[in-house]
Amino acid sequence: MNDDEKLLQQLLRKQKAGGLKPSDRFNIPPQPMPQQDGVERRSNVNEVALGYTETQARLEAMRCLQCKNAPCIAGCPVKIRIGDFVAAIAKGGYAEALAIIKENSLLPAVCGRVCPQEVQCQETCTVGKKFKDVGKAVSIGRLERFVADWKGGGDGVPKAAPETGKKVAVIGSGPGGIVVAADTRRAGHAVTLFEAFHKPGGVMVYGIPEFRLPKSIVQSEIDVLTKMGVDIVCNFVVGRTRTIAQLMAEDGFDAVYIGVGAGLPRFMGIEGEQLVGVYSANEYLTRANLMKAYQFGAGADTPIAISKKVAVIGGGNVAMDSARTAVRLGAREVYLVYRRSEKEMPARIEEVHHAKEEGVRFHILQNPKRILGNEAGYVTAIECLKYRLGEPDESGRRRPVPIGGSEFTIDVDTVIVAIGNGANPLIGQTTPGLELNKWGNIVVDAYCKTSLDGVYAGGDIVLGAATVILAMGQGRIAAVAINEYLAGKEG
Amino acid sequence: MAYKIVFKEQLSEDVFTAEVQAPLIAQAGKPGQFVIVGISCGYSERIPLTIAGSDVRKGTIRLIWQRVGKSTAEMADMKVGDRFEIVAGPLGRPTHIEKFGTVVCVGGGIGVAPLLPIAKAMKQADNKLVGILGARTKELLILEDDFTGISDELIVVTDDGSYGRKALVTEPLKEVCAREAKPDLVVAIGPAIMMKFCCEVTKEYGIPTQVSLNTIMVDGTGMCGGCRVEVDGKAKFVCVDGPEFDGHKVNFDLMMKRLSAYKAQEQKAHEAYKKHRCKIGLDG
Repeated sequence: MNDDEKLLQQLLRKQKAGGLKPSDRFNIPPQPMPQQDGVERRSNVNEVALGYTETQARLEAMRCLQCKNAPCIAGCPVKIRIGDFVAAIAKGGYAEALAIIKENSLLPAVCGRVCPQEVQCQETCTVGKKFKDVGKAVSIGRLERFVADWKGGGDGVPKAAPETGKKVAVIGSGPGGIVVAADTRRAGHAVTLFEAFHKPGGVMVYGIPEFRLPKSIVQSEIDVLTKMGVDIVCNFVVGRTRTIAQLMAEDGFDAVYIGVGAGLPRFMGIEGEQLVGVYSANEYLTRANLMKAYQFGAGADTPIAISKKVAVIGGGNVAMDSARTAVRLGAREVYLVYRRSEKEMPARIEEVHHAKEEGVRFHILQNPKRILGNEAGYVTAIECLKYRLGEPDESGRRRPVPIGGSEFTIDVDTVIVAIGNGANPLIGQTTPGLELNKWGNIVVDAYCKTSLDGVYAGGDIVLGAATVILAMGQGRIAAVAINEYLAGKEG
Repeated sequence: MAYKIVFKEQLSEDVFTAEVQAPLIAQAGKPGQFVIVGISCGYSERIPLTIAGSDVRKGTIRLIWQRVGKSTAEMADMKVGDRFEIVAGPLGRPTHIEKFGTVVCVGGGIGVAPLLPIAKAMKQADNKLVGILGARTKELLILEDDFTGISDELIVVTDDGSYGRKALVTEPLKEVCAREAKPDLVVAIGPAIMMKFCCEVTKEYGIPTQVSLNTIMVDGTGMCGGCRVEVDGKAKFVCVDGPEFDGHKVNFDLMMKRLSAYKAQEQKAHEAYKKHRCKIGLDG
């Protein structure tokens, strides 16, 4: 028996004897996540975080104080009964824990991996507050992942209510669409999930890399939908193949959910951005992830730049994903260039940490002024400026201010622009009467209803580029509204 | 949903045509639009091909492509009954069709394929249609009969004079532009360099010119920016802002450089595929 197991047995005995005191719980060491070695994993796309052992999960779960006011739940976008599922794990009831999570979240294997817990449930955790270190909060995300991955539970396929005769069109098979499809199908409606790409999953499949979110996990969630009777139609571009008006007036759909995501890459608008070797993060990641360009020539036909020195511009998860993908594609040097300081980076702390372990070099408080290229039109370098932080801007973060005369160059052959995504305009342009805001995002009410009857929307197309869990949260709200709308609708 | 090939024919040494079942695309597609095709969801590239024709009753679209690399070579080896796993569309903005007056449609090489539906629509909109078709040699000339049927005037040229007049398309184009009854619009589609030179000719005569750009694409729906070109100094996405643009504003030189981004990989992949074909006896 190793130390972990000894400790667990000790605690279980103590618990049986008279219960655990808070001090007992505070003394349990926070369980580290086993992970692939930082250098070794530069040359594979296998998952980096390997998952807790059963012993680790129970120990970590026992760190939870089960505090009455449960600030963690307030921090969760979908209000999972966190304390309850953690308590279930502590006593070895993994199936029960999973069932509790699934009351509110249909994608625990995904969210356990990709939620920014450090600014959600774990930020408010009492244990973290006690240690004045969010890194020492109960690792709620890792626990969620543990039960989601645990094989003993037997995942039942949710049953659909008797057929209602109503049809729902879900546009976009990302996290929002998947959740709406499941919830409306459960209510007994005939559901068709439309996807423009040839594989469903949205950003979980084209954007988030394999080493962060194995595609087999996403496929399992999709398979559940198919087993529930959801019809998944790929290569269908709503707005072009059929418009929303046609889906409703001619194809018999009674309600529509728009979950098409953010999908419009932002560029910096600087000189040299059209040179060969400059990619939007969307393109780079889609080639690498969805099209498997990391296997070009050996089972995949989509090429990607053969890079030696890469500069990734940006500080969010997409920037980290791009940088870490470039490492795995063989780049010798990968620079992450971000105009604010590390503190302001929106990326998950774990991603920043993993990127550094993999050798990505952080160039903070710097930003490209222009991209330089050679006669043939290929990138040779970026000319950057140094920055300092000024007063806070609308986002509350301190405004980055360029320092005049601080120009310097970094030799690179590839530049990946990961500065955010806007709303893809296709649906807005092809759906008369659909109200958009000035950013092109769809305007919805508190029930995710758009300006059109029977048409709902949620996720990045409403919120702007955000997270899987927020998309799922909105999807669940919309699904309730759709089910209510259809219940009241005349056949 | 898999898209079955119901007809396939070789038009010249490296040019092939197929009719593919895609009823929704046949119904929704308009001249100038394209589709993204891929043979296999598991490993194929996604490539853009203009819809060269469609039959709404049969529910099919017509594709014409040139064998230039692994994917197009693999497509060339497909047979009637085989299926594409990826056919997404119709994509891009349709050509703006109206009665302009006299429209000159200039097609170079494989560019004649996307030109045909546009030319047909222009004719249907009561335009006087002048067709100029060009190819390097007689063998590579395609769709002449289709154009003969719809053109009020048709000029066919080959670089080597093996058929029609010995000339590049820019020569008859210049002559037509110089006529007293100037054309009202020129539509030029073909290799980037051909479109570039056609635009230089028409610019001299001040004749509005539309070109259809054929950049590398991945998704085709505007989410990646891989297809971006510079038009009037600004970045535009060919897949959603185009594929047609004012030819006088397009930075063709930059577009040609971006088209070369994967030359090395493309050549390797094509060579490997050719070897593979030999090994499995496809080179009869």
